[in-house]
Amino acid sequence: MTPISTLDVTKIRQDFPILQRKIHGHPLVYLDNAASSQKPAVVVAAVSGYFLNSHANVHRGAHQLSVEATDAYESARAVVADFIGGRTKELVFTRGTTESINLVAASWGGANLREGDEILLTLMEHHSNLVPWQLIAARTGARLRFAGLTADARLDLEDLAAKIGPRTRMVAVTHVSNTLGVVNPVAEITALAHEAGALCLVDGAQAAPHLDVDVSEIGCDFYAFSGHKMCGPTGIGALWGRKELLEEMPPYQGGGEMISEVRLDGSSWAAVPHKFEAGTPSVGDAVGLRAAVRYLTRLGLDEIHQHETMLTEYALDRLTELDGFDLFGPRTGRVGVISFRYGDIHAHDLATILDAHGIAIRAGHHCNQPLMNHLGVDATARASVYLYNTHEEIDALVEGLLAARKLFGGFA
Amino acid sequence: MNEHDPNQKGHDTEAPLHQLYQEVILDHYRKPRNKGVVDESTHNITMNNPLCGDVVELLLTVRDGRIVDAGFEGHGCSISQASASMMTERLKGRSFEEALAMDATFTRMLHGDADAATDEDLGDLRALAGVAKFPVRVRCALLAWNCLEELVGADS
Repeated sequence: MTPISTLDVTKIRQDFPILQRKIHGHPLVYLDNAASSQKPAVVVAAVSGYFLNSHANVHRGAHQLSVEATDAYESARAVVADFIGGRTKELVFTRGTTESINLVAASWGGANLREGDEILLTLMEHHSNLVPWQLIAARTGARLRFAGLTADARLDLEDLAAKIGPRTRMVAVTHVSNTLGVVNPVAEITALAHEAGALCLVDGAQAAPHLDVDVSEIGCDFYAFSGHKMCGPTGIGALWGRKELLEEMPPYQGGGEMISEVRLDGSSWAAVPHKFEAGTPSVGDAVGLRAAVRYLTRLGLDEIHQHETMLTEYALDRLTELDGFDLFGPRTGRVGVISFRYGDIHAHDLATILDAHGIAIRAGHHCNQPLMNHLGVDATARASVYLYNTHEEIDALVEGLLAARKLFGGFA
Repeated sequence: MNEHDPNQKGHDTEAPLHQLYQEVILDHYRKPRNKGVVDESTHNITMNNPLCGDVVELLLTVRDGRIVDAGFEGHGCSISQASASMMTERLKGRSFEEALAMDATFTRMLHGDADAATDEDLGDLRALAGVAKFPVRVRCALLAWNCLEELVGADS
């Protein structure tokens, strides 16, 4: 059943000034949302309002501005934690998903992994949920294993279950694939990990902007996500982790903010989550993320998801009708991340031609090289939708592809 | 409101695209010349563009200071592969010095130099002059030439 969109997209588009821009003389059609979303004016106003009116360093001053800055920062933590169903003290601000996963790999992994222990990943992980584990595996002697994909490019759950063994200590899996768009059953995967006594980290970079995420429903141990893909500023993201785990883990970085007492012969650490926030945090960006979360929450994540589902179905209907269109990933159980090839026109050539028509897509390996090797391609084109995209923009994409085909004189 | 007015008016969409994707470029992309193993190659190097995954391996057979055969392997966009294909056609018979001179002219053309774009030494390669209008694609066109500079520059 096709859901009916209840979002007023015309009104939403007015919230995003950049969508009024022209690119090479054409109205901007922004379909690179999986890389980074655009920002509503309320987010930019929140960041600038903070710096123009309330800025000082946090957690240290006795003066009024420091109190206001601290309140804003800690209120942002509460709002962002609530957004994913977590408790405030379990929410660590980071620079983004990449730093969140590096934090867990280095801190938890460094303290807990032993030679021969296993970390189970999947073939569809973004490099940011792969390389940090490679680094800690090299340091500790732990071994990486990889769950494969089914023929229709979903995660192969049987293979994943079979690869969880007595030495598995961590299962780290993406909630939504940034290339295939598939939504993984992370609650089921968490249950499998826990049965074997392993922990589960979920990479939520592509899920938090689009789905109503609740970490207590998933049951996972860590959840990582980024602000800039969900209408927030760059340079801010979060790691949610179960409190007892965060408390046991050693600090990730040392410095100010994260200490309780410092002596020349050693130091003790601040309570969680501050233990993991060395140095002056990105307060303005946290305030911006708070505004983004409020913006998305006001519109409703379910409503946003419905709109995107409808748009994705329309896009897939139209695109798969095109001769030479080759979709990577399944038709259902997915979000609006659409990876494809089009005839023998290379993804970079498609991106250049579409850009000349004002249409922004991504071309390349999407930080997913092992998945590209598995799919047998060196690059794909990727169009990804968000709350402000329209049917007309999908039509523009289709027209752009037809123009590319014409420019190339058909396909070889 | 915007000092730089990013909303350029009257921009022609098709003309720069047609300049970029000329028939001769698409022909080299779809029917690459000198793609495959070069007999008794004496020099080879593989380079990639990590951002987009384009790969070119350049193979040269050098005798008595002259390139007597040139070929390539690789995969990627039409610009990177056509550039490699056309380059190998123009390399045969050249000394290293002559190869580097052509490389310098080609590089100037990609940075918008109008004189370089009419230099007959470049032959079909002049079809790639349109790349200059697409700055993000310049590195695609230069990938094979970076291989050449590494091989020939390192040896001379």
